[in-house]
Amino acid sequence: MPGQKKDRPQDLAARLVRGDRRAASRLITLVENGGPGADEMMKRVYPHTGRSMLVGITGPGGSGKSTLIDHLIGRFRKRDLRVGVVAVDPSSPFTGGALLGDRVRFQRYAMDEGVFVRSMGSRGYTGGLARATTDVCRILEAMGNDVVIIETLGAGQDEIDIIHVAQTCILVLTPGMGDDIQAMKAGIMEIAHLIVLNKADLEGAGACLRSLEAVLEDAGGRRTEGAWNPRVIPTVAWARRPGDVSGMEALEEALLAHQAHLRETPGLRCANERRVERELRLIFRDALEKHVISGLEGTGRKEEFLREIIERRNDPYSVVEEILGETLKKPEI
Amino acid sequence: MESKRIKVVISKVGLDGHDRGAKVVASLLREAGMEVVYLGMYQSPEGIVRAAVDEDADVIGVSYLSGEHLVFTPRIVEEMKKNGLEDVLFVVGGAFPPEDIPVMKEMGADEVFRGGSLTQSFVDYIREHVRR
Repeated sequence: MPGQKKDRPQDLAARLVRGDRRAASRLITLVENGGPGADEMMKRVYPHTGRSMLVGITGPGGSGKSTLIDHLIGRFRKRDLRVGVVAVDPSSPFTGGALLGDRVRFQRYAMDEGVFVRSMGSRGYTGGLARATTDVCRILEAMGNDVVIIETLGAGQDEIDIIHVAQTCILVLTPGMGDDIQAMKAGIMEIAHLIVLNKADLEGAGACLRSLEAVLEDAGGRRTEGAWNPRVIPTVAWARRPGDVSGMEALEEALLAHQAHLRETPGLRCANERRVERELRLIFRDALEKHVISGLEGTGRKEEFLREIIERRNDPYSVVEEILGETLKKPEI
Repeated sequence: MESKRIKVVISKVGLDGHDRGAKVVASLLREAGMEVVYLGMYQSPEGIVRAAVDEDADVIGVSYLSGEHLVFTPRIVEEMKKNGLEDVLFVVGGAFPPEDIPVMKEMGADEVFRGGSLTQSFVDYIREHVRR
């Protein structure tokens, strides 16, 4: 269908809901660039979201996240579920450029109408995702994907924003990454509903598996009744002989078990409430900041405030109080 | 807040197993501040164009080092037309006889770079010719 590049925004949302790839693709660019009209677009998309299974995959670079997702896509497609994937890779802090290399692993679904893959640069956002990832997931939901898989960039210990986007968080680790003290640390280990020990054919995998299980077992004793018990699943996502790939069925089973658990318990509702509250706060903060800054624009007051603070004639706390006081008195926001 | 980045899909096509050039170009474009989706080897014209659609790419770059450039160039151009990608730039690179350059341009490639081209030349070319 030629000539669709000059799409009118109001048509895009309608086409998206009918499953149109080009519309999805254009909309994602719009929210990614944060251009004017992005919020208006998302208002139209929002009512069509909330029905998909949201699966997050995180873990260090090279642990096998993309390869595991490749297997998961295949399994979901066998169940005739439509799959959307958003894969984040890091942007350069110097040039803003990015090499988005996750798609390489998914190209065998290149011609499958039921699979849509989008790569994103993190563009300076630090939580393991990109700023627009939440909105991109919504677009993929509204497009009609039954499952949306979110792949974080290579994440270490504290890039845990995935928990605010995904319902089920899968942490991928490999043998040889440190002792059980590493596994006892706070942060990313705590957010995982499932831990995949990938490359389980490597030396040291057995000991690693036992120490991960021991850490989870210890934590399990402190968990409230009825709460989900995280599991460790050993996998081999890539092998020289395809027959040596293992653990994929167990992973799918565990993933579906966690989804079922979410739906049988108040888990999903509670998580949704937390997620919406957090998002509301973030959007509110963004909007307020934009509003305040645009109020100072061109008045020369910003520069004046900066000078005052640097010369210690004023301090940042008092400046914020002053500006906020003025802003809140103005009736038009 | 608003930021637009040039997005490029870089790929090999067919049975050509020489990916060093494509990787070098991908890295150079990344260093030039572009977002580069790297597809790797053994791709089909349909798969490359599908990736460009999903990624909303501004540029498709294909590297040929196995003599299949006159076979795949028209197929990629046709597939781009079929998918309404007329405003996406299609850039070809690799090793081929110089007399094939005008032939590929005639087939619909926007620009052709042979091995030995200055790296800055294709960064500049993309920056100047991106259509959106």
